[in-house]
Amino acid sequence: MTPDDRKYTPTDEWIQIKDGIATVGITELAQEHLGDLTFVELPRVGAAVKAGQACMVVESVKAASDVYAPISGTVLEVNAALGDDPGLVNRDPYGDGWLYRLGDVDAAELSALLDAETYRQRAEG
Amino acid sequence: MNPTSATPTTPLAPPATPPRATCLHDLHVAAGARLMPYADVLLPLQFQGILAEHAATRSSAALFDTCHMGRYRLAGEGVVDALERLVTCPVASLPEGRCRYGLMLNADGGVIDDLVLYRTGATAFLLVANAGTRAQDIGWLRSHLPESVRIVDDTETTAKIDLQGPAAPRIAAALVEDFPFDLRYFAFRTVRFEGEAVLLSRTGYTGEVGFELYLPHDAARRFWRGAMALGAVPAGLGARDTLRLEMGMPLHGHELGPGRCASQSGLDRAIDTAKDFIGRAAVLDPARRTHTLVGLIGTGRSAARAGDRIRVGGEEVGVVTSGSFSPSLGVPIALAYVAPAHAAVGASLAVEHRTPLAMTVHALPLYTQGTARRPLDEFTTRKEQP
Repeated sequence: MTPDDRKYTPTDEWIQIKDGIATVGITELAQEHLGDLTFVELPRVGAAVKAGQACMVVESVKAASDVYAPISGTVLEVNAALGDDPGLVNRDPYGDGWLYRLGDVDAAELSALLDAETYRQRAEG
Repeated sequence: MNPTSATPTTPLAPPATPPRATCLHDLHVAAGARLMPYADVLLPLQFQGILAEHAATRSSAALFDTCHMGRYRLAGEGVVDALERLVTCPVASLPEGRCRYGLMLNADGGVIDDLVLYRTGATAFLLVANAGTRAQDIGWLRSHLPESVRIVDDTETTAKIDLQGPAAPRIAAALVEDFPFDLRYFAFRTVRFEGEAVLLSRTGYTGEVGFELYLPHDAARRFWRGAMALGAVPAGLGARDTLRLEMGMPLHGHELGPGRCASQSGLDRAIDTAKDFIGRAAVLDPARRTHTLVGLIGTGRSAARAGDRIRVGGEEVGVVTSGSFSPSLGVPIALAYVAPAHAAVGASLAVEHRTPLAMTVHALPLYTQGTARRPLDEFTTRKEQP
């Protein structure tokens, strides 16, 4: 259930870089733990984020959680669909439930992150 | 991610022994429940999801495992007079077959527990209270009831299930042999389910029409399965909290507790000051009415949570005791204690959260379409049943 085509953080975010643009979301495990999302406070387009920095918040019925930036960059785009339908993150965390996209990224920073197998093992451990 | 949980947990220190499973545990596991410890019991937090379970309760029917709740049978000479002094609701005038909501107070008017008292006989009662307060409740009852009154703790030797929602009457009537189609709100009857005696009351913690069932363990498993087969949706503590919060119903450990005088709680209808009871003087003392419990509705998207302070013009005027997203209203809601000057319906308050949250005082209940008090024949009639 953990897609192999992306990298993961120990704080349960995923990141996938295509054509110099990084898409970030939270994992299946994260959405399951949070429960039904009720509100997603997306980062501001244009904001500069640093790897490991809390850059946005997701809120569920029972919990609120910071979401961290897996690598540094500039917020290019946010998933506007989540304004009316935060549950999209629960239903499709790896696809339509993506959170934000970063530009000005350095793909080399991905090497510090976890691959799918390592993330899977951590989750099961 | 760094999630901080907001689902209410009891304020007691963690128990020394692991939480006990209820008699429905394996049914929950088979249904994919996410379990959590609540007081000393392992209970479902959710099954398919809090929003879906909440919606099912308001539009259809949901089942809640409430085996954790303290349940005590009290019987014997002197029980009526003794209970009259211990609980804030009238006892002697409570007819057999009816129940009342009341509070058990300490001398300072603080709430030891809130409870529903059932009159099962001339000198016999069932007292149903919270889970986290069992030790305090038993201790208080034993020390304040005369030797002639027998106390039997049924909490672990019996089961309790809540079946709530507009479809609950139809489902209960299909399962119970002698379903009381004329059962009124806050009345109860002993009925037969597959040959066993079950106490069925028209009570609950959701604001919807429905029942609390008190029954043996094995009957509870069969009733749970039978109700599910008829369309009832299993629901957990997450939905239980959002449902009661929408109704403005207090939760001990949040809105009620031994450290805050009950006169602040807005539960005047459950407090009969015409009689003498422990805590009466404190409840009547105006100096103790420093705050008032209010309902709040948020104008933003983020929810206030228990413990958030409330300010007006930079001055702290109160504290949030419970807060969440309201699935039925689609906005954040909360209950809070606020200084009376800022407690008028329509008053604007700022709740200190990650960022200030704008909220407005509303009358309770916040959700006003609840079906709890409607006649059962709006939902099912004798001739519908086979």
